[in-house]
Amino acid sequence: MSLQVAAQINSFLAAIVLLTAFAMLMQRRVYGLIHLFTWQGLFLSINTAIVGYVANRHHLYISSILTLSLKVILLPYILHMLIIKLKIHKEVETVVNSSFTMFIGIALVIFSYYLTAPVTELSTSITRSTLAVALATVMIGLLMMITRRHAVTQIIGFLAMENGLFFAATSATYGMPLVVELGVALDVLIAAFIFGIFFFHIHTTFDSLDVDQMARLKEGD
Amino acid sequence: MENTISPLCKIEVFAPINVASLSIALLLLLPALAAIFRRRQSALVAACSALIGFSSLLSIIAGVWTVSSHITGRLVLPIGLPDLPFHLRLDPLSGFFLFVVGLLSFFVSVYSAGYMRGIAAHRPVTRLVSFYGLFVAGMFMVVLADDALFFLVSWEVMAAASYFLVMFEDEKAVNRRAAFLYMVIAHVGAIAILLSFGVMAGIASGFESFNGYTFDAMRQAKFPLEWATVAFLLSFFGFAAKAGVVPLHVWLPEAHPVAPSNISALMSGVMLKTAIYGIVRITFDILKVFPWWWGAIVLVLGLVSAVMGVLYALMQHDLKRLLAYHSVENIGIILIGIGLAMIFTSFNLSVLAALALIAGLYHTLNHAMFKGLLFMGAGAVLHATGERNMEEMGGLIHQMPWTAALFLVGCISISALPPFNGFVSEWLTFQAFLLSPSLPSSLIRLLVPLGAALLALTGALAAACFVKAFGVTFLGHWRGHGRPHVHEADWFMRAGMLMAAVTCLLLGIFPTMVVEWLDIIPGQLLGATISTSAGAAGWMWLTPIAPERASYSGLVVLFGFIMIFAAAYFILHIKAGKIQRVPVWDCGFEKMTARMQYNATSFSMPIRRIFGFLFNIGEHKRLSPQSAHPAFPAKMHYYLRVRDRFWNWLYMPVTKTSFWFSRGIGNLQRGRIQTYLIYSFITIIILLVFVR
Amino acid sequence: MNPFSFFIEIVQVATLLGLAPLFIGWVRMLKCWTQGRSSASILQPYMDLAKLFRKNVVLAENASWVFRFTPYLVFCTAVLAGGIIPILSVDLPFAPTADVIVLVGLFATARFFTALAGMDIGTAFGGMGSSREMTIASLAEPAMLMSIFTVSLANKSTSIAQIVQVIYSGQSVLRPSLAFAFFAFILITLTETGRIPVDNPATHLELTMIHEAMILEYSGRHLALIEWASMMKLFLFVMLGIACFAPWGIAESVDIVTVLYAFIFMVLKLGIVGAGLILIETGLAKMRLFRLTEFLGAAFLMATLGMLSFFILE
Repeated sequence: MSLQVAAQINSFLAAIVLLTAFAMLMQRRVYGLIHLFTWQGLFLSINTAIVGYVANRHHLYISSILTLSLKVILLPYILHMLIIKLKIHKEVETVVNSSFTMFIGIALVIFSYYLTAPVTELSTSITRSTLAVALATVMIGLLMMITRRHAVTQIIGFLAMENGLFFAATSATYGMPLVVELGVALDVLIAAFIFGIFFFHIHTTFDSLDVDQMARLKEGD
Repeated sequence: MENTISPLCKIEVFAPINVASLSIALLLLLPALAAIFRRRQSALVAACSALIGFSSLLSIIAGVWTVSSHITGRLVLPIGLPDLPFHLRLDPLSGFFLFVVGLLSFFVSVYSAGYMRGIAAHRPVTRLVSFYGLFVAGMFMVVLADDALFFLVSWEVMAAASYFLVMFEDEKAVNRRAAFLYMVIAHVGAIAILLSFGVMAGIASGFESFNGYTFDAMRQAKFPLEWATVAFLLSFFGFAAKAGVVPLHVWLPEAHPVAPSNISALMSGVMLKTAIYGIVRITFDILKVFPWWWGAIVLVLGLVSAVMGVLYALMQHDLKRLLAYHSVENIGIILIGIGLAMIFTSFNLSVLAALALIAGLYHTLNHAMFKGLLFMGAGAVLHATGERNMEEMGGLIHQMPWTAALFLVGCISISALPPFNGFVSEWLTFQAFLLSPSLPSSLIRLLVPLGAALLALTGALAAACFVKAFGVTFLGHWRGHGRPHVHEADWFMRAGMLMAAVTCLLLGIFPTMVVEWLDIIPGQLLGATISTSAGAAGWMWLTPIAPERASYSGLVVLFGFIMIFAAAYFILHIKAGKIQRVPVWDCGFEKMTARMQYNATSFSMPIRRIFGFLFNIGEHKRLSPQSAHPAFPAKMHYYLRVRDRFWNWLYMPVTKTSFWFSRGIGNLQRGRIQTYLIYSFITIIILLVFVR
Repeated sequence: MNPFSFFIEIVQVATLLGLAPLFIGWVRMLKCWTQGRSSASILQPYMDLAKLFRKNVVLAENASWVFRFTPYLVFCTAVLAGGIIPILSVDLPFAPTADVIVLVGLFATARFFTALAGMDIGTAFGGMGSSREMTIASLAEPAMLMSIFTVSLANKSTSIAQIVQVIYSGQSVLRPSLAFAFFAFILITLTETGRIPVDNPATHLELTMIHEAMILEYSGRHLALIEWASMMKLFLFVMLGIACFAPWGIAESVDIVTVLYAFIFMVLKLGIVGAGLILIETGLAKMRLFRLTEFLGAAFLMATLGMLSFFILE
């Protein structure tokens, strides 16, 4: 596999990651959302492995395996169990004004391209052009958290953001030091557990996972 | 090219500029003629049409001559203010616009011979005739003017004459209101243009003398960027107000429909183009050097106007209002071309700029032709039925076959469908969009092609709108209560429309010739031409960049249509069975009435729903249950009101502020002489303080 | 430009006219199979057309010339497009007549007249069909053009023959921009040829009737021409997709052997595309008319992402 081809595969995977990010933005079914998240993790992990091969950084293989086990197997499994336990796996969320959200998403892609253009010009890494996509993935994850009301969607948005950050690290500097990466992975895992526990509590308190309900918690109500 | 004409040539009688001046002089005679013939209205109509037709022909000659032989003529008239004579100049850019104005004005003058006779039957047309002449003369003068003074005088002649033409049927309050709105916005714009000229003239002469008022002096001046920007923004604001660019478009759909239809044709077809002329003249010829974001402003406003214009048009059910909104759209498309040309110019990509500029100018010519044609058609319909509301019309194709066919040509052209002319210029604009990868800045490179999507949306929506306009007006059954006696337009009107329709087709199938003919304009303004590449594969194929990059041949498309059509028709009619005429089948539904047809409102309902967030839509239903049970109402009324959001966003605050302000000013007026003396006294004191 | 290429041109148009009904027959057959029905013969569309051509024309009383002119015009655009899109060979004498944008324009012309014909008789159904068709078109066309622009930007040309040649000469295979554009193109093709998401080519049901509603009043040879043209339209969209995204097999030079190979390749590709089409069509549920914006929005998003990734990633 030549470097050229590897770079092409890399940018192709970047495009697919971006596509999954958009698909998650548009997806209304909680179930489908988890599937999309799984796919995104899978592409990310393949991409990391390829970058590791291209840049000859062996620790990237480890982070690739880490991603695979955490984001493709473990977290989706937890989420899966969670929504089945809470009996919300068939819920369909209403997405308000989806085309408007989509245009904001496109604008975010352009904006992140604008932001990363100076970095891209300075960088010499072969994967530098995917930095814009990575940043866009982060922002779309955030956008997803803003536009959705369902708590499960919120956490998936959060995890998608983390995917984007990880992707950015891989494409800009060939990954973070392994220690940092392990730490982040642990954080994400723990965050997911905590979220899971909170879901149960929110669900038992409000009988719904609609985060708008939490507005009732504020004082004087 | 500049200054190659020696002063001696001015004496030469037979020069394009003299021909053009003669045509203006003839037009200025028209009010006098109107005064003489005012007792014999039909003779007046004939004389007016003949005179305007003749002077339009003269200016067509002058225009074609100038553009074809690349000459620049000048003339200095010792009238105007003392020491400030009027300068006239006819270069290819002016020549092109002179040609556009002259051509449509010629077609309209033929049409008017029939149309104004219809008006003269029930009201005097003396006023119409005099202002019609002044109006056309004003447009000719604007494109010939070569100094700020003469330009503004011509601009005002044009604006004032068109104001009186909009006011022609002044017994209706709505017309007076439309004319007033038009006057206000036109003058806000004119003030901006005046200020812009002031800035440029001041810098040209170093704020020392009045000599900077000629365009020549301005051309030679070096403008500091900040002042150039001020001048550009002011003039663009002024011209945008005249051209009806969103959000300054509100006067256009009010004023254009209420004018007599021949005047609407001219106002929409060519008066708006004088503003385009102004923009091109000031940016490319006078200021010359500019940063890219000027172009971006023009491009973005062009895109917004194009999309908003066509969406507003879709919401209309008044035929002439619909057409007026389409003028907003098409001005937008022209500005897209010009904006792209400006962006390319600012990065020194002059060949690409030449392509974009030609696309814009080509669309200018095309829009003049098809919009003129459509307004003439709408005039014929109005003349025949006395109706502008499409909800009442239908089935006119049977009574008015000529008008229907010619109006259809206009519809196809404006919807940008091959092989007619609207398509060619939109295609060129798309090609200009696709050249964006040559731009050096990565962000602009990426943003520009996204604009092409908006242009595509505009084109598709325009097609939807004209299916509605033609389908509801001419096809189906008559929708109104009681059927008026409808008659076909007379031969003059048909001839005027026919000529415009034929021009639409010719401009569509011979684009290479038009592009080569126009090529001198970017050649002079930008120093680059595209004719060598445009005709690289022969005159039949238009290849704007290179033959392997893109090619189009309207002629082959047309011939292909004709050949295949003939073959299919011939084969199928060797032993064709008889055509049987029967009542409508309609899936077996019976008792269908003409009121059950889709009408203008229902046709655009899906689009109204999808793009509804852009409008201020008021919709309510009222049931009148006269039968036993409320579930079975006897009648249902449906009210729909679609309003421009810009009214609330932009105009209401402005009007409110100005009312508030004038009320405040009004407080100064006390009615006591002593108070006024105090005002004068205070003023004198303040002045003295400053003078010291 | 040799006389042989003119011959190929004629062969190509004949292929279009001849194979379009067969392709429809194949698609219908597959659809029956996926739904567990026994299918009609693959040649059924030919028999339908032949029957319609033999029948007399029954015309509504107030039909104008627009109504009678439309079938011929729609047929003309389809045949004309068949002479321009490289189906068998890129070396066509008429290929420079139109690039991809013009082709979109040609299809738009056909649609414009079909919609007018729908309004001509003055029935509620016809108007409904026209209104919906133009609405869908106004959303589909920008997405279509965006997809095409991405292809043109990536191949630096809007002429289809040139696009084919650039793809042949290029060594790069994985281009995210083209992949996105391709997906967008599939969605648009499904919409434009009236298969999904709203329209149903097989029924006369008010809710799913768009194209059918407009041509409800046609009969005899007029209906035959329109039906034939709509078969050709599907065929041409497939061919356009193949030429822009997977041209391998289309002859570059005109000698009889390569053209023969091209023909075989084309038939193979048609078979595969037909199967794919039916898989999508059976797998996707029909949509309410106003959910259409989401479907076409997705197509537009794909096309836009394609264009963005062309600039960002390539």
